[in-house]
Amino acid sequence: MTKPRNYQTEAIIIKKTKLKEADRILTLYTPHLGKLQAVAKGVRRPRSKMAGHLELLTHSQISLARGRNLDIITGSQTIDSFLPLKTDLNLSSYALYVIELVNQFTVDDVENYPLFQLLLETLSHLCQQGDAELPLRYFELQLLNLTGYRPQLQKCVSCHSPLKAVTNSFCPHLGGVLCPGCAQHQPLSYPLSVNALKVLRWLQNNDYTTANRLKMDHQLSLKLEEITRGYLSYLLEREIKSASWLDTIRQSP
Amino acid sequence: MNQQSTPTTGAISQLILEFSRLPGIGPKSAQRLAYHLLQASEEQTKLLANAIRQVKQETRLCSVCFNVTDTDPCPICRNDQRDHSQICVVEQPQDILALEHTRSYYGLYHVLHGAISPTEGIGANDIKINQLLERLKDGSVTEVILATNTNLEGEQTAAYLNKLISPLDITITRLARGLPFGTELEYADDVTLTRAIEGRQPL
Ligand SMILES: [Zn+2]
Ligand SMILES: [Zn+2]
Repeated sequence: MTKPRNYQTEAIIIKKTKLKEADRILTLYTPHLGKLQAVAKGVRRPRSKMAGHLELLTHSQISLARGRNLDIITGSQTIDSFLPLKTDLNLSSYALYVIELVNQFTVDDVENYPLFQLLLETLSHLCQQGDAELPLRYFELQLLNLTGYRPQLQKCVSCHSPLKAVTNSFCPHLGGVLCPGCAQHQPLSYPLSVNALKVLRWLQNNDYTTANRLKMDHQLSLKLEEITRGYLSYLLEREIKSASWLDTIRQSP
Repeated sequence: MNQQSTPTTGAISQLILEFSRLPGIGPKSAQRLAYHLLQASEEQTKLLANAIRQVKQETRLCSVCFNVTDTDPCPICRNDQRDHSQICVVEQPQDILALEHTRSYYGLYHVLHGAISPTEGIGANDIKINQLLERLKDGSVTEVILATNTNLEGEQTAAYLNKLISPLDITITRLARGLPFGTELEYADDVTLTRAIEGRQPL
């Protein structure tokens, strides 16, 4: 699809990189153009009229002009600034983890409308909900669904037999659950309790409102976080940078 | 390009190339600067060359506040006229220049050399946070002014410092009024910065 010379799109700002002087390259996640990079001129100056509308974690309406290399942002208007994400240390850290994953799991210029919706909803849920654990776990499972890495949670990924109500294992490089028999031959897998598997399935197969009815205790959430993080960083072939910051804040008094 | 064919034009194109790497200098300005120097006196070009060499050789970081300086401690840390009970925390040395230019602040500084940026992998140990906490230990500092940028990284850094410092008996203030969200201190004008210093508020 060729874009017109001037066009507008909704977008969530998911990354910013310093360019020269007061300029930045912004990475935008949009409903219909997917991920795109654009230049924002002068936004590091206090008098920039656009800067506040183009900060990370902001949902904005953006006007762009096609450029030779990258497109240029010509105007921006905030739709939702997600203020709590910018003032609360924990919430902003969770939200940064979310946008890092969206950035890492997508390539430029490929539309993925459900993923845009998921991103938008997750940021709203983080703002509304005092507790971040369910929105994050839900986001992780749905992100995997929408980017083609949906883990197999119904049957053993190795022998394909139905999973029994016992402690099974989650194996990142096979992308799913192993029965106890098969897990013996796969040392790099995480033990997965009956309850943990139930919760993963629940998050994988429900919309947010339904998923949100779940009462998940903190210990279980931590266990699931370890598993999903392990799988996500296995897929990315590197550590998730903002995840180690989440650990830092949790440990600080 | 045939500019590289003789040693003289090779030197000048090298100089143009080096100039054009500097911030704010496009190819046209780089050319103008290079040809200007070609016509300048021997003495003038030597002064410039020496100044450039010295900036790297003789400039280091103050062991107290981490500002760039050619003496250690830096002139601000050594100045008895300044209020040693206040520390203003900034992200980069350029921010001190901007704040000093307002003549509205007479305390000391602390340069973090960055801001926490989780998605870039920059955490608390990658900037001078522990060194700041060290400075607060002896109880002589009564106020810490958080003057990190008002963008997301700056706000996060301020919030994290607030969390670390608040158990101590120290007033914590934050530059606030006048600086719109999403901007960086280096580019602030005097009026904005003066207002921001006067209107600092407890977190
Ligand atoms: Zn099996
Ligand atoms: Zn100093």
